[in-house]
Amino acid sequence: MMGFHMSAAIEVRGLVKRYGEVEAVRGLDFAVARGEVFGLLGPNGAGKTTTVEILEGHRERTAGEVSVLGHDPELRERALRERVGIVLQSSGMYRHVTVREAVAHWGGFYPRPRGVDEVVELAGLTESAGVRTGRLSGGQLRRLDFALALVGDPELIFLDEPTTGFDPAARRQAWDTVRSLRDLGKTVVLTTHYLEEAQALADRVAIVKDGRILAQGPPSELGAGSSTRYRVTWRDAHGEAHDHVTDDPTALLHELTGDALARGEALEDLAVTRPSLEEVYLELTGHYEAPEARQIDA
Amino acid sequence: MHDVALTWRQYRLERRMFWRNPSAAFFNFLFPLLLLALFGAVFSGDRKALDVIVPGIAGMSIMATTFTALAWNVTFLREQGVLKRMRGTPLPAGVYLLGIGLNALTNAVLQLALVILAGRVFFGTGWPHDWAELAVFTAAGVVCFASLGVALSHAIPNFDSAGAYINAIFLPVIFISGVFYDVADAPAFIKDIAEALPLKHVIDGLSGALVTGRGLGDNWESLAVIGLWSAAGIVLAVRGFSWDGRRS
Repeated sequence: MMGFHMSAAIEVRGLVKRYGEVEAVRGLDFAVARGEVFGLLGPNGAGKTTTVEILEGHRERTAGEVSVLGHDPELRERALRERVGIVLQSSGMYRHVTVREAVAHWGGFYPRPRGVDEVVELAGLTESAGVRTGRLSGGQLRRLDFALALVGDPELIFLDEPTTGFDPAARRQAWDTVRSLRDLGKTVVLTTHYLEEAQALADRVAIVKDGRILAQGPPSELGAGSSTRYRVTWRDAHGEAHDHVTDDPTALLHELTGDALARGEALEDLAVTRPSLEEVYLELTGHYEAPEARQIDA
Repeated sequence: MHDVALTWRQYRLERRMFWRNPSAAFFNFLFPLLLLALFGAVFSGDRKALDVIVPGIAGMSIMATTFTALAWNVTFLREQGVLKRMRGTPLPAGVYLLGIGLNALTNAVLQLALVILAGRVFFGTGWPHDWAELAVFTAAGVVCFASLGVALSHAIPNFDSAGAYINAIFLPVIFISGVFYDVADAPAFIKDIAEALPLKHVIDGLSGALVTGRGLGDNWESLAVIGLWSAAGIVLAVRGFSWDGRRS
């Protein structure tokens, strides 16, 4: 399916996780290259959090092989934890320490921490540095999660739904933080159920549903798989809109343009597009309602 | 950073957080003194009763600052997700637990000092006869009740029920174990239960050090009972440890 490289930050083969009778993860295979932002995209309950929590060492797998920076995360070796930063989906914080104290304390856990003020600034918390965490807003607490995950200067960062509940401005700010991590050469594994987030941040995306990967690849190319096609749209001489989805746009265009030329008509607004990530996602996760105008050609 | 230095940092953070919650800290230290004042007033002038109540309250203080405080805090931190966050860092679990254990030890020592001082000043109880015995039984009591407190936190399903679980154990134990009266005067079945529980033996040791002068050599059976409870507590505390809240 894919080549596992020596440079891979994460390699996962045949990952299975069962809780009693329930199979939350049913045989995942994927690899994350060093320096890559990898997105696990899927609806709630798809198995994204279970998967990242296995990679983080918080859960034990039922079957399969997992390698994180060359370690088995299940062994929970300190040497691995020193190189990994984690933003959990939700986690609390001591209420009676200030932001700066918390970041400084967390930095002490790591062999080569980043500067406290630098990390506080990166997280956008400079103005709240002296505030006790019990008085922070939800958004500020989430930024503190980022700061605590980054202060150890990790090579690999897990972000489990990092912007859920953010307003659009805060989300853009968090995205900038993730982009700055990529610019620093960090590897980022991100789970999200926001399509725009995966599209905006991830170099590659795996679409997960019911514990399986339905498709993976760069967001811009995800439409190119076998189940998805090109869309050709135009308006005919009567101004009526047409929308065809086809595997073979070359043949369709040849036919269309040939007919139009023969009749001496123009094809207004002729366009060939790939399905958007959103369409692919909705189609794969079974929520897609085909629009009325959509006809599936051969 | 070296693990000793890490333990020290964690301990310092715990101390700082303790004092930053002044109402909790105040009540923590005030409650045993309040009980001491009440019972001291009731038994005013009754030397025998006062000689029971001072080591009794001292023993209760050790249990409150370790067993109660840790069962409460560990449940809270687990349900809040702080423990899980900690677990994702390189901080070794042993260092973290030692940090919160030393914090509890500090509170136990402070509380004990206040109770002994109050006994000396207001009720004419002497200074400790046997500092070594006092230290040994304080340390044994802290280890025993701290581990049992952490073990109990595993049985508490959520933070809302923590108070009920803790008091359902703490209150009967302090009444049975002779905090407020001499167990020797209690009915036989109460005495038998008290003998099997650790608090009575901690109080016996403190009583030896503070009042009766009964030395370590005569109290070794009490130490043995505390040791057995400690062993059970440590096994249960370590084996059942859950970093993750069981949110429903």
